[in-house]
Amino acid sequence: MMRLPSFRFHRPQNLAEAARLLAASPQTTRLVAGGTDLWPNLKRRHQQAEDVVSLALVRELHGVERRADGSFAIGAMTTLSAVAADRPLAAEHPALSRAVRSISSPVLQNMGTLGGNLCLDTRCTYYNQNEEWRRSIGYCKKEVGETCWVAPGSPRCWAISASDSAPMLCALGASVRLVSASGERTIPLTALYQDDGIAYLTKRPDEILTQVFVPAAADRHSAFWKLRRRGSIDFGVLSVAGTIALDAQRRVRSAQLFLGCVASFPTPCTEAMESLQGQIFDEEHITRAAVLARKAASPLSNTDFLPQWRSKMVEPYTEAVLREIAGLPQQRLAPAHAF
Amino acid sequence: MSSPVPPGTSVATLRVNGEERTVAFPTHHTLLEVLREELGLTGTKHGCELGECGTCTVLVDGKPVLSCLVLAVEAEGHAVETVEGLQQGNQLHPLQSAFADLGAAQCGYCTPGILMASKALLAENPAASREQIAVALSGNLCRCTGYQKILEAVEWAGRTLCGENAPPARECSFGAPLPEEVQRG
Amino acid sequence: MAERSEKQDGAAAKPEAAREIAVARNIVGTPYRRVDGRAKVTGQTRFADDLSFPRMVHMRLVRSIVPHARIVSIDTSKAAAMPGVLAFLVGKDMPNTFGILPVSQDEHALCIDKVRFVGDPVVAIAALTDDQAYEASLAVRVEYESLETIATVEEAIATSEPRIHDYSDEGNIHKKVSMQFGELEEGFAEADEIFEDVLLFEGNTHLPMEQHATVAVPEDDGRITVWSSTQTPHYLHRSLAKVLELPASRIRVIACPNGGGFGGKSDPFNHEIAAAKMALRLGRPVKICLTREEVFYCHRGRHPVLMKLRTGFKRDGRMTAQHLQTALDGGAYGSYGVASTYYTGALQTVTYELPRYRFDSVRCFTNKPPCGPKRGHGTPQPRFGLEVHLDKVAVKLGIDPADIRLNNLVQPNTITANWLKVGSIGLKKCIEAVVAGSGWRERRGKLPHGRGLGLACGSYLSGAGLPIYWNHMPQSGVQLKLDRSGCVAAFCGQTEIGQGSDSVLAGIVAEVLGIELLDIRLCVADTDLTPVDLGSYSSRVTLMMGNAALQAAQRARELVARAVSEQLKVPQDRLVFAERRVFDSEDPSKGLSWPEACVCAESRFGTLGTTGSYIPPRSPGRYRGAGVGPSPAYSYSATVVEVEVDPETGLYRVEHVWMAHDVGKAINPVLVMGQIEGSVYMGLGEALMEEQVFRRLPKNRSNALVHKHPSMLEYKSPTFLEMPKVTSYIIEDPDPNGPFGAKEVGQGPLLPMMPAIANAIFDAVGVRVDQIPVHPHLVAKALEEKARGKEPRVGPRAFPSIDFGTPLRVPTPAEGGDGQAVNQDEAKVRTGTGTMTEREEALRGTKR
Repeated sequence: MMRLPSFRFHRPQNLAEAARLLAASPQTTRLVAGGTDLWPNLKRRHQQAEDVVSLALVRELHGVERRADGSFAIGAMTTLSAVAADRPLAAEHPALSRAVRSISSPVLQNMGTLGGNLCLDTRCTYYNQNEEWRRSIGYCKKEVGETCWVAPGSPRCWAISASDSAPMLCALGASVRLVSASGERTIPLTALYQDDGIAYLTKRPDEILTQVFVPAAADRHSAFWKLRRRGSIDFGVLSVAGTIALDAQRRVRSAQLFLGCVASFPTPCTEAMESLQGQIFDEEHITRAAVLARKAASPLSNTDFLPQWRSKMVEPYTEAVLREIAGLPQQRLAPAHAF
Repeated sequence: MSSPVPPGTSVATLRVNGEERTVAFPTHHTLLEVLREELGLTGTKHGCELGECGTCTVLVDGKPVLSCLVLAVEAEGHAVETVEGLQQGNQLHPLQSAFADLGAAQCGYCTPGILMASKALLAENPAASREQIAVALSGNLCRCTGYQKILEAVEWAGRTLCGENAPPARECSFGAPLPEEVQRG
Repeated sequence: MAERSEKQDGAAAKPEAAREIAVARNIVGTPYRRVDGRAKVTGQTRFADDLSFPRMVHMRLVRSIVPHARIVSIDTSKAAAMPGVLAFLVGKDMPNTFGILPVSQDEHALCIDKVRFVGDPVVAIAALTDDQAYEASLAVRVEYESLETIATVEEAIATSEPRIHDYSDEGNIHKKVSMQFGELEEGFAEADEIFEDVLLFEGNTHLPMEQHATVAVPEDDGRITVWSSTQTPHYLHRSLAKVLELPASRIRVIACPNGGGFGGKSDPFNHEIAAAKMALRLGRPVKICLTREEVFYCHRGRHPVLMKLRTGFKRDGRMTAQHLQTALDGGAYGSYGVASTYYTGALQTVTYELPRYRFDSVRCFTNKPPCGPKRGHGTPQPRFGLEVHLDKVAVKLGIDPADIRLNNLVQPNTITANWLKVGSIGLKKCIEAVVAGSGWRERRGKLPHGRGLGLACGSYLSGAGLPIYWNHMPQSGVQLKLDRSGCVAAFCGQTEIGQGSDSVLAGIVAEVLGIELLDIRLCVADTDLTPVDLGSYSSRVTLMMGNAALQAAQRARELVARAVSEQLKVPQDRLVFAERRVFDSEDPSKGLSWPEACVCAESRFGTLGTTGSYIPPRSPGRYRGAGVGPSPAYSYSATVVEVEVDPETGLYRVEHVWMAHDVGKAINPVLVMGQIEGSVYMGLGEALMEEQVFRRLPKNRSNALVHKHPSMLEYKSPTFLEMPKVTSYIIEDPDPNGPFGAKEVGQGPLLPMMPAIANAIFDAVGVRVDQIPVHPHLVAKALEEKARGKEPRVGPRAFPSIDFGTPLRVPTPAEGGDGQAVNQDEAKVRTGTGTMTEREEALRGTKR
């Protein structure tokens, strides 16, 4: 049986107390939300903690609230099931529900939280392995070693951002509130991430992600597709999240396209987004944008499937997302996902 | 807590299958470990302890969760249900009867977890469609059955819970009738 | 709900063998609740890790983190000082070798001087708690001196030094086989066309949900009981006796119900032996439960097999000759590998008539976890080859793939070119059922682009004809104890691994005695208390244990019938055993209740007990290697699979599977259905995604050769959502060798799945993926090749060049052969040091 190492466990009742506990020794303290990421990481010993602070009892972090301006404030500790099941949210942002329901399996969604999914540690098949396995290859750069086994000649770590909610919420223009013992700030979600497998979050270790703000959909339409081997349990090997706003002439007023699972952060498809801007949202422009989206991704060999094929799949999956938003008939075999 | 507890140890009163038990255990032990090793409830199984197989599924406040990824201390104050609590007295739950009769439990190792996930589903929607059942159970791996008998058993139990007396089609137990031209041949 | 399920309408019962006296059939052929069903749905079933005993301590193994090395030193000092740590074992504490086959006793409980793969166990640690044992295991330091690593068959063939083992047929080629049945070249000369294919079947593993666990409990005066998740308690018993150097009578092995086996718990394992040794050393119970990662290292799963088929065909699709070559990547130890090697060739002849046949094979040692028997043992790989090969040939010759098979079928009661005796064969009906059910004739080749149908067949043993070690004793034994209570206790060494063997045992005994399942109490898989049954492998249990149970039950019925006949003054042959009564068929009111009948018999004869045993019939083959392949009966399956393929991305989905399986006679149809559906599932997994593959890091930076993904998450196995609709047909072509005519069902239906899926993809989009698994990116690659105007195919191109020497020549029955080889000496079999026994014999010879 895989077992956890021992640690001091704290269950603060409110945010201030949690922030204080975290501030005491942020480098050796870890926050736990749903536990679906941290506990396996500790069991495998590629993460360590002397203290673990559970946010379970911090009531203010739970729940979905619709605000007067039509936007939503989602507590970081809201379970993925609760996020997906929230009717007003699902009605406003069906693609977000879809993204959340594509995370792992339904049972896991009862445990995992939205905040946890946004802060999900970057993943790599050389890293998410047991202690003994990692000893046999030599610890990698993300741990204490010198080498990134994915790209041994490279100076950086290439672990991937495998969060499904992240690219979707980035496309939706979400922002997050970060609270620490010394204050708080609210930043765009896109600013939370950076393309570095180790320092993948700009959040300071003493900060707690407390809330996610999602603007109202208004005239925007979204879609989310995810590629993975199986319809459940698996992390993605590619996800595509898109949000498009059209004007009255079906011209694209704004286009947001993000890829998941192909880099260490939710990857903006800059050229594809620019190509759509101001154009008629039709098959021709969708096809062109899909081709350009592929340029944003350069997956490496650290997930299931071949990276070349994953790269190739960006195009049809982006096309599928844009066609879904445009209400065009699908030409692709949709994955048999649990959503 | 009245008596001093050594560091790294927790004492908690857990409500499992409606019965309260106070136990001491290492704080870093999961609900899975405490159920099996402290409470002797070995009906809950484990297949990976990393949240990847669904085998250790139990219900907490009626919702299926993976007991390998819940600290036992965090279960305090919540209602925990395991496979041992499914039957009423000596009477099997309709899910249990259906699984036993259809051979939906072959080796039986994934069965407790699947029964608990199914119980939660049917409590919410006893008339769940085959697709809904498949999605609800999609985090529970089984290597023996090919899932067919499990689907048929959950559907059957759902009908029973709805008050219908409708056992599965003959085909489930005997196979499909041979096509006519084959019978003639 | 009623505790026992209502009997559903019985299938039309067929007339049984003449030995049957009047029995109102009430169990066999009727779906009944499995006898272990209630325990399994209530959490009462006790798997090995569910056991605990007073003073029990926990054990962990320190496994090698290098793939191939000499052990320089082991430092346990830091670990020894850690809390709770009680004892260590190292290799030299258990110097005797063991292994499942007598010819490859090449394992040590813990490595002594050398490690051969990442995961090879080196040190065992016992501590008061499992946490303590694990923490201590991380503190053990082993110093290694690395040796060159061999990762593939090609490397093994090219690298004779360093040798992974100091025994083998040649360098790192563990086993080399070459045999020829009949005048091959005549056959090729007769052919109108000759076709060749090279294909690859990647390795995969069993992935039982239960991780292997063992609890060893020392008892009075040096005896020991070992509870374990093993499919083969008898073979474990022998290995324990050998390594622990204890008389077998002082060791008791109890196989717990297995939480899935599929062949993965059929070898005696290091952890089982080390736990027993540790328990004897500490004088207290010791438990070990492997982590999931360790289960991947135990492995013994499907061998990766590269294969080449060359077959001569007449224009009408009949085969004239075939030359099959296979190369197996065996991993680091022998395991069942010698048998696996033969199995990649043995069953090529039992489905379609093959008048002349040559088979060459090598199994190589590599620095990876050892391969062994997984569901289908060695036969799914060449079955994939044969069925894809036939599909291609049918297309080229313009014959419907169903017809090329139907036109070639082996006839019942024939002896094949390689001297296997085929009894009943229901394959024609199987093919007809899936062809009709799927609408094959109307739909194949006519569905829209992207949609396709594929067909394939298979066959499997109902038990291997020979035991693993040579002996003349029964392969299965059953004892019955009856007494005045009416309870019948059935004792048998068979092991329940989920397949339903307990239910077959109870069902057959209850059927013969006309009593209910609840009148039977089982005591199984306990080497002290139960007669030997060799284990749950090779689909042997229903047929072999079933026949032993039938004999024991018939003997019990005979005893009871004699006593009742005397008491009631009714001729014995008029007595009916049914509905818990023994009564006069001419006057059913005249009779005794079952307990009364037992009282009557116990009064007449004293204590009641009977035995039954089963030894398979002798096979006609007399050549070296003829021991692998014979079976008392062969099961047959046919499948049609429908797929939907995205022609741009290569993504595909299996939409519907029609599977027909000839089980001879379904003892319990609902469990037969479970085996068919489970086989369809596992075959689907192998075709779509399952692979046990390895990572080698850049050689200049790391010497590592590691399992790519030893976890449930990354070793992909299908979920509920990948499972297609399955239409199963139970075909019953009773075999005279089976109990009530029954044959196997646990493994056979897996075999045709992989080739049927590959064939369906061809029908859908016109490309061939000649390797398993059929990853979507391979389909995409083949589609790209097609778009470029190249051969629309991905797969291996060539079979390695290997000198197989002169094959063993065995004339076929049609050529007037007698089952023996004609060139035993010329073929130089038995002269090498290819097996451990031969090596030991040879060493003894040189000493003298």
